Amino acid sequence: MWHILKYLARRPRITEPVPQPQGVACHGAHPVQGEILAILGRALAIRQVDAGSCNGCELEINALNNPYYNIEGLGIRFVASPRHADMLLVTGPVSRHMEVALRRTYDATPAPKLVVAVGDCGCTGGFFGESYASCGRVANVIPVDVTVTGCPPTPADILGGILAAVQARSR
Amino acid sequence: MQFPGVDCHFAPIATPLPIHLAHVDATQWSALARAVAEARGHLVSLWGSDERARTGRYTVSAAYATADGLLWAKLGLDAEHPAYPDISRDFVPAIRLQRAAHDLVGIEAEGAADCRPWLRHGAWPADYFPLRGDHTGQERFDAQPDAYPFVFVDGDGVHEIPVGPVHAGTIEPGHFRFSVVGEKVLRLEQRLGYTHKGIERRFIGMEVAQGARLAGRVSGDSSVAYAWAYAMAAESLAGVRVPPRAAWLRALLLERERVANHLGDLGALGNDAAFGFALAQFSRLREDWLRTNQACFGHRLLMDRVCPGGIADDLDAARCATLRDQARHMAREVAELRNIYEEHAGLQDRFVTTGRVTPALAARLGLCGLAGRASGQTADLRADFPCPPYDAVPVLACSHLNGDVAARVAMRFEECFASFKLMEALLAALPDGPIHVPLATAPDGAGAGWIEGWRGQVFVALETDAAGRIARCHCHDPSWQNWPVLEHAIIGNIVPDFPLINKSFNLSYSGQDL
Ligand code: SF4
Repeated sequence: MWHILKYLARRPRITEPVPQPQGVACHGAHPVQGEILAILGRALAIRQVDAGSCNGCELEINALNNPYYNIEGLGIRFVASPRHADMLLVTGPVSRHMEVALRRTYDATPAPKLVVAVGDCGCTGGFFGESYASCGRVANVIPVDVTVTGCPPTPADILGGILAAVQARSR
Repeated sequence: MQFPGVDCHFAPIATPLPIHLAHVDATQWSALARAVAEARGHLVSLWGSDERARTGRYTVSAAYATADGLLWAKLGLDAEHPAYPDISRDFVPAIRLQRAAHDLVGIEAEGAADCRPWLRHGAWPADYFPLRGDHTGQERFDAQPDAYPFVFVDGDGVHEIPVGPVHAGTIEPGHFRFSVVGEKVLRLEQRLGYTHKGIERRFIGMEVAQGARLAGRVSGDSSVAYAWAYAMAAESLAGVRVPPRAAWLRALLLERERVANHLGDLGALGNDAAFGFALAQFSRLREDWLRTNQACFGHRLLMDRVCPGGIADDLDAARCATLRDQARHMAREVAELRNIYEEHAGLQDRFVTTGRVTPALAARLGLCGLAGRASGQTADLRADFPCPPYDAVPVLACSHLNGDVAARVAMRFEECFASFKLMEALLAALPDGPIHVPLATAPDGAGAGWIEGWRGQVFVALETDAAGRIARCHCHDPSWQNWPVLEHAIIGNIVPDFPLINKSFNLSYSGQDL
């Protein structure tokens, strides 16, 4: 325990300011937490679904949990079941083998059922496109609110996409 | 060259590490499998191709790792009844590989015990084979009935826990079926293939240069390893060697990829044992590491940095200094965290003896890579067949005998330190010169690449058609070998330890589903 405390005491706070939501002009500090609360009345719960990605996008989504982005501090957390989720964060070209699982996950998600498609594959099908094994982009299978391009997109871009989806619903 | 006990001639492929190719007949095919198994060699990969347009036949290929390097044996199969002798009795990993080869090409392993589909679920019918030349790969089918016959475990108090394909965390999809009594796992059966997105079909007809970016996306956490193996295959086809500076920078990228993954896993492993501090600290270090990747190489996960003929961008002196300083700083940080791990009784209690794979079991099942080295399987291509630049810098191959989660954690720490030293050596003696050579198209050729990625050996076999385009590109992930071993590692452990054991292997779904 002593070592852990010593280790922590010697390191600075590193959490960074929240990025602007995708496509929104910057005007002063962004009241993300307030906005999430105003729209949902509670913290934002996200269920991530890998629908066939190469895992690169998952690595960057996982990075959102690191202390630099500190998304839990914003009131955003990843949950284990779609039934607890406000938003699905979907990656990959949707493989034919994940098509049903993705639909079922979507059906199990209660309102507001926000969907953010993450990565070039999720946006367009990317390198894998459409074929006997791939349905291509996420929007070919379930309705999508916001797309985040990049291969993979950076954690900041993904966070921007998440916030944009929340804001879009508030308008 | 010849392999002792088998009467066929292997011709070298122009790769920096020893890879040989032979066309064999059915007798030699079986004899080779036997002889390699007796010499304690391993099956690296097995795949099929439709070459009817060129040679009138299908083929099946097997790649073996032996003391003399990699042997690629290719057997021609009858166009009407494509079948070959089963080799899964000698090599456990062949079971799933043979099933996958059937799903994709429609070639049959004669005498194999398990003939259930592997990569084909319900997305296409049983008589459709996507890699056959008479199909475009663009066909679309309605969902087919998909009743996969899991092995059923019967007994007093035995019940099943199905998990997935959508998992609770931010990880890839796959299905696990546990048969348990109380909390104890009697049996685990995996069903993978959910992320099958037709990568090998996609390769067909591409320009060789174009295929590199696709190869770099077979498994996102091993992008450098795949891109390098693919580039090595393309270069062996064209008969060129990359300039020294390019080879050294590739190794630097590969070691950075290794460390990035180890940092992520070490944090996640601590977290799975309820030590949240570890996740916070290691994920912070990983983020620092990835940001430096972005600053020095232009991509956080180092995708598309390695390309056929060399690498995409050069590194100036200032960036070299940044990388060296970061490696030194990171070595100190990781050393401090290792002390904390070692002194943490609760953590060690969860790690030690959990998910154990004995060296004998590991050898029998062909466990490879990092997990293999944690169970006494010392194979490491960087040390066994050092190609430039690994022949010029000291490669410290580490291994353990305990084969439990603790050993796989210890391996990650040790490999981080070994990689930090390697990076220091690579940066200190980085040769000058060009970073890229042009590749001429090579029609009707066969090339191969073999790289020790962070997870284990990544292998790529690349063949071209008469126009020099890709006729077949097979990418092999070491997860093929290690997934079946995970089924053994969990036996007798409790269900709540599965996430920890699974993470300690951290196998790729996308890499094996393709
Ligand atoms: S967008 Fe890129 S990183 Fe994400 S799944 Fe597709 S290929 Fe992988």
